[in-house]
Amino acid sequence: MISLSYFLVFAAALFCIGLYGVLARKNAIAILMGIELMLNAVIINLIAFWRFRSPEMIAGQAFAVIVFAVAAAEVAVGLALFISIYRRRNTIAADEIDLLKW
Amino acid sequence: MTVLQVIFLITAVVTLGGAVMVVTARNLIHAALWLILTLFGVAVLYGLLNATFFTVIQVVIYIGAIAILMIFAIMLTRRVKQEAGSSVNKGWWLAGLMSLVLFTALVWMFSTWSGFQTTLPVMPANVDTIKVLGTALVSPNGYVIPFEIASVLLMAALIGAVVVAWERKS
Amino acid sequence: MSDPVNSIAEWLRTIFSNWGLSEGLITVILAVLGVVILAAFVLIIDIMLVWIERKIVARFQDRFGPNRVGPFGIIQPIADVIKLLIKEDIMPNGADKFIFNIAPIIALAAVLLLWAVVPFAPTIIGADINVAVLYVVAIGSIGTLAIIMAGWASNNKYALLGAFRTVALMIAYEVPMLIALLVPVLLARSMGMQTIVAAQSTWYIFVVPLAAVILFISSIAELGRTPFDISEAESEIVAGFHIEYTGMKFGLFYAGELLHALTVSALISTLFLGGWRGPFVDQVPILGPVYLFIKSFLVYYLIMWIRYSFPRVRIDQMLGFNWKFLTPLALFLLIVVAILDKLLVGTSQAVYVLVMLGANLVIVWATVLILRAYARVERKRIGEERPVAISPDTESSELVGQE
Repeated sequence: MISLSYFLVFAAALFCIGLYGVLARKNAIAILMGIELMLNAVIINLIAFWRFRSPEMIAGQAFAVIVFAVAAAEVAVGLALFISIYRRRNTIAADEIDLLKW
Repeated sequence: MTVLQVIFLITAVVTLGGAVMVVTARNLIHAALWLILTLFGVAVLYGLLNATFFTVIQVVIYIGAIAILMIFAIMLTRRVKQEAGSSVNKGWWLAGLMSLVLFTALVWMFSTWSGFQTTLPVMPANVDTIKVLGTALVSPNGYVIPFEIASVLLMAALIGAVVVAWERKS
Repeated sequence: MSDPVNSIAEWLRTIFSNWGLSEGLITVILAVLGVVILAAFVLIIDIMLVWIERKIVARFQDRFGPNRVGPFGIIQPIADVIKLLIKEDIMPNGADKFIFNIAPIIALAAVLLLWAVVPFAPTIIGADINVAVLYVVAIGSIGTLAIIMAGWASNNKYALLGAFRTVALMIAYEVPMLIALLVPVLLARSMGMQTIVAAQSTWYIFVVPLAAVILFISSIAELGRTPFDISEAESEIVAGFHIEYTGMKFGLFYAGELLHALTVSALISTLFLGGWRGPFVDQVPILGPVYLFIKSFLVYYLIMWIRYSFPRVRIDQMLGFNWKFLTPLALFLLIVVAILDKLLVGTSQAVYVLVMLGANLVIVWATVLILRAYARVERKRIGEERPVAISPDTESSELVGQE
């Protein structure tokens, strides 16, 4: 019988892999991918809690919708920033973007 | 093992494998394609959780928009030099260690919680979840304010992205 | 025998249970069988589409078209397939092998997946899911993905350019398409295909014709057909994303493209032309697929008609057309339909349809007026800037005198 533990452990693993990506990768877009993985782990948790704890209420799904919107907004702005930075500095390696103003 | 468990295990293994490839692949386009596989796996899990709406939304938003935008951005910002160097920074082992510690801590914390082994309850019959979700998102007693704030955020992101990426002719 | 498909399924179910198979296994076997039959059926139509398309384009261009193999050249597609199969399979230098090989498969599979939600008859549908309309959009984005993979993996500048153009195009035209899809969803109060068809006692094309037109235009863009074929524009980037593909891999792209056109036609017929609705379909459900395919082929013919009559538009014109014209129009239409739908609660069907239709026509009329005013301004602007042709031996004083 499938239980909530499956999904929680899976989401925790996905979150940690994403965290590793965010902390270890050099390329800014790769970091953004790591963030996407973490957000997906969050959504899985929200939906799993909805399904296992209170399928008659809709709160989990409603918040998952909000997370989707935030993820989309974050990617749009993030990628626009990277392209803008790339135009000026010709790099998007996170450790080379070290000036506050140029 | 029930059918549900088998499907879950296969999907979980594929998804987590894909996720590992996302954070380790040297070629960024490959990383993006692995990301798409991972997102598909997550979509299947939403399906297992009776959230068909999210399965479809995951494909539309994450794969159709986010992943494709990322591939687009990767193609726009390619540099030959970048492929040669290391794709991770100096402290990558520290990051790996931290992730492992966090994972262990999370699983340990979950296992002490009484609701950890909650079994799958039956879905309430004759309830159209999509209808309920739609009503909840726009009803004043539900989530209309978070919903509106999310739409304002999306609008701000739209304008912000255009402003930031605008190439000023000087 | 009013419903042969379900009768056959029941018959097979009894046979299998006599063999002693378990209930779950039988369901799985029947589902797999259904998928295989549906896919095979659609692919056979796809082979015939090659002949239909070539024959009709020939008529548009005042030629005969294929007429050597078999009566009216009807065996031509088989000959084509054999030719494609025995061609050399070329892998470009520096190509990403796995992605290069999997891209055409995804391209065709994405089109086949769409048939899962097309309702053939009141009781015949692949999967009557309650998010079918969103599913269509989702699968469409997988098609985009296949094109990007093909363009990137080919290691060819033209292919990459084609992929870039496709992304710009598809992401842009998905917006009006989604909004136009929302209009029938709004009217039927459901995203399930069967519910939408069942709600169309008046075909939606007579209720909201403008939404149908917007969906039609954005679908043609999604298909990448002329006048929106910038992703493969032969005269600009040779063949775009599939430039490096040979043999059957190209064949898969080609088949996918043709089938996609018919699939889109079937979806438009389902959403706006009443799907399987037609006379006597309640008594004889098997007439449903016949009506659906008649309507689909009519829409398909329209797509071909447009394809072979219009020149290609430039990419900036195309994106401008989408963002400055189609998207605002679709948004406005959606708002108007939503408000009217709320206002008309409780009125009779005839009043409802007439008011909706009237509102649509008013929007069309206003749009045409605005466009005409815009065109007049634009023509004036261009007229002022028109350069004067100067021959090398003309005196400059003469030029001043001319203006």
